[in-house]
Amino acid sequence: MRTIGFLLQKEFRQILRNRTIRGMIFIMPIIQLIVIPMAADYEVKNINLAIVDHDHSPYTQKLILKIAASGYFKLNKYSSSFKEAFTQIETDKADLILEIPQGFEKNLIRENEQKLFIAINAINGVKASMGGAYIGNIIRSFNNEIRLEFIQPQKIAEVPAVEVVPSNWFNAEMNYHVFMVPGILAILVTMVGGFLSALNIVKEKEAGTIEQINVTPIRKHHFIIGKLIPFWVLGNIIFTIGLLIAWLIYGIVPQGNLAVLYTCTSVYLLAILGFGLLISTFCDTQQQAMLIMFFFMMIFILMGGLYTTIESMPNWAQTVARFNPASYLIEIVRMVILKGSGFKDVMPHIIKLSLFAIILNGWAIYNYKKTS
Amino acid sequence: MKQSSDSIFSSQFFSFVRKEFYHVMRDKKTLLILFGMPVMQILIFGFALTNEVKNSRIVVVDYARDLASQQITARIEASQYFDIEKTILDQKQIESAFKNGKIKLALIFPEKFNDELLHQNKAQIRVVADASDPNIANTLTNYVTLIVQDYQNELNKNISLPYRIDTEVRMLYNPQLKGAHSFVPGVMALVLMLVCVMMTAISIVREKETGTMEILLVSPFKPFLVILSKAVPYLILSLINVVSILLLSVFALDLPVNGSVLLLFAESTLFIITCLSLGIFISIKSATQQAAMTISLMGMMLPTIMFSGFMFPVENMPVPLQVISNIVPAKWFYIIAKSIMIKGLGITALWKETLILAGMTVFLLIISLKSFKIRLS
Repeated sequence: MRTIGFLLQKEFRQILRNRTIRGMIFIMPIIQLIVIPMAADYEVKNINLAIVDHDHSPYTQKLILKIAASGYFKLNKYSSSFKEAFTQIETDKADLILEIPQGFEKNLIRENEQKLFIAINAINGVKASMGGAYIGNIIRSFNNEIRLEFIQPQKIAEVPAVEVVPSNWFNAEMNYHVFMVPGILAILVTMVGGFLSALNIVKEKEAGTIEQINVTPIRKHHFIIGKLIPFWVLGNIIFTIGLLIAWLIYGIVPQGNLAVLYTCTSVYLLAILGFGLLISTFCDTQQQAMLIMFFFMMIFILMGGLYTTIESMPNWAQTVARFNPASYLIEIVRMVILKGSGFKDVMPHIIKLSLFAIILNGWAIYNYKKTS
Repeated sequence: MKQSSDSIFSSQFFSFVRKEFYHVMRDKKTLLILFGMPVMQILIFGFALTNEVKNSRIVVVDYARDLASQQITARIEASQYFDIEKTILDQKQIESAFKNGKIKLALIFPEKFNDELLHQNKAQIRVVADASDPNIANTLTNYVTLIVQDYQNELNKNISLPYRIDTEVRMLYNPQLKGAHSFVPGVMALVLMLVCVMMTAISIVREKETGTMEILLVSPFKPFLVILSKAVPYLILSLINVVSILLLSVFALDLPVNGSVLLLFAESTLFIITCLSLGIFISIKSATQQAAMTISLMGMMLPTIMFSGFMFPVENMPVPLQVISNIVPAKWFYIIAKSIMIKGLGITALWKETLILAGMTVFLLIISLKSFKIRLS
């Protein structure tokens, strides 16, 4: 125990003396947590619309007004030809073209049927399909209004209609920040824990100080524990700072129990720190350690369900995601903070995280050789 | 006289580059990661990342159990968007199912659903969504509405409505709405940027840390070129990476390069040089490898993902952040790569973005050169 005490003292001093690490631990997360959620807004709105109106009738005016009033679209420009509107799409000035044919109003009344042409920039599939759905809805309701002008209302009601009544739980205002902030917090804990621990042992290797530790009678697991605990404490501190920021800036108060949150984060930190240690036992230089960590970090972030859902991925990718400890923390943090999930709800995740922690740390201890 | 000093200069520079190249090639582990990483990432993200929402687990609580409710349920089950969770039968279980993350949406048919539909011509379905993710909630509610509308249209097949406005929708560039179209150019920008910036920054700082930089600096060779020669091997490695990424995206991901491959290659080279300059700048500013890595990874990884525009639309951000996003080089390269690969545009449409990247490079090199001189005196 005394050995560990001394090791801890050494590690804490070393960490806190380092200006870079202090910045990485305290300032970077604060800045990122404040700035990134403002940027991570995936709501589909502000769709830039280019209109090619060959008709110029009162009806088209009415339709265009209706589209503009919906709040999803920004009228970008009236183009005189489709070709001109298409250049707008090419230069990203427009996302969607609505082309109204000549004689639209006249023919609608005379022939009972008219066609509008819509072209959507579909490089981003979501924006395209949501944009298409929005404009489709607007045109449908415009169409109903026109019918009402000509037909008696009760005549239309004779058609059987199913009404879908939606209600949104846990985030009734549909605020995207509420969803993103907890996820980003989980990623920050991951990044700080992973990078700091991966660098730590390698740094001693590169500087040669690890040799000095290796010749002392310090046991392997003492050494690893001495490396783990400081970062574990720091990770929890960052998590706490993050929760405070989420509350002060975004007004997000955890619905669930804080004890659940901290239990999960603590177990998770053991897992991710073990992962960092494992990587550092494989590497000889800080450059290698960073590079490998960077590789995994990209996978952790992009395949953790932070912004694309895991169940929409192909099956093999879902399997990969199951081995991504970050995906569990992201989900837990969101569940507890937003939905107020309790111990019982997150228990399967806690068990998996514990397994990660045991396996990764065990492997790291096994792989750390006192003799080089 | 002038000519001979030039040739001495170039042969010296060349030998420095060769030295650095050997240095990089010797580290097999790093090389393996450097080449393997982009390949793995393009494959994983190209295939796995999708903004589509499908296979969402939902529950249907059917109090009516009549023809209409079952027909609608069958339609929902048949769509690829939904997987119906069968174990939940009661409305009261919905909340706990939301809380343990089992389901994303609940559909509730009231009693006498079919009766109401037939006799009052109006029936309601309640849709409860887990809106902790607002986009998913929105999308799923939209899907349900569309399926129900479809059902309704079929009911009314025989009643033809007058004054019908049809829409013809064409999805440009990406008719199948594949995720790879926006992710591949984005991942390309991300990988190139982080590899170039981080590798250069670290390899220069490492010499500072081990003290070997002093030796290089007292040599008669121009100090700044010493540093420049460290960037050249990474330039070559990155170009190889660009080639492998493009081959993968064409042959594995079916994402064609619609524009000029030559132009794309030239623009990639420009972007790589921008990143290398950024790496040089960071290495001159930082004293330890750890500092260099912190800046290049913690400081740039998330901002690059966030601000380059491939994950989150820049136009949704608050104006100050939109302004900031302009100094992220990856944003400009993402626009360029997307335009050449998918839209098939040429240089005439991209000269502005190209100029910005070139300007950034020149700016970074000039301030690096300036601050480097200050360090020497």
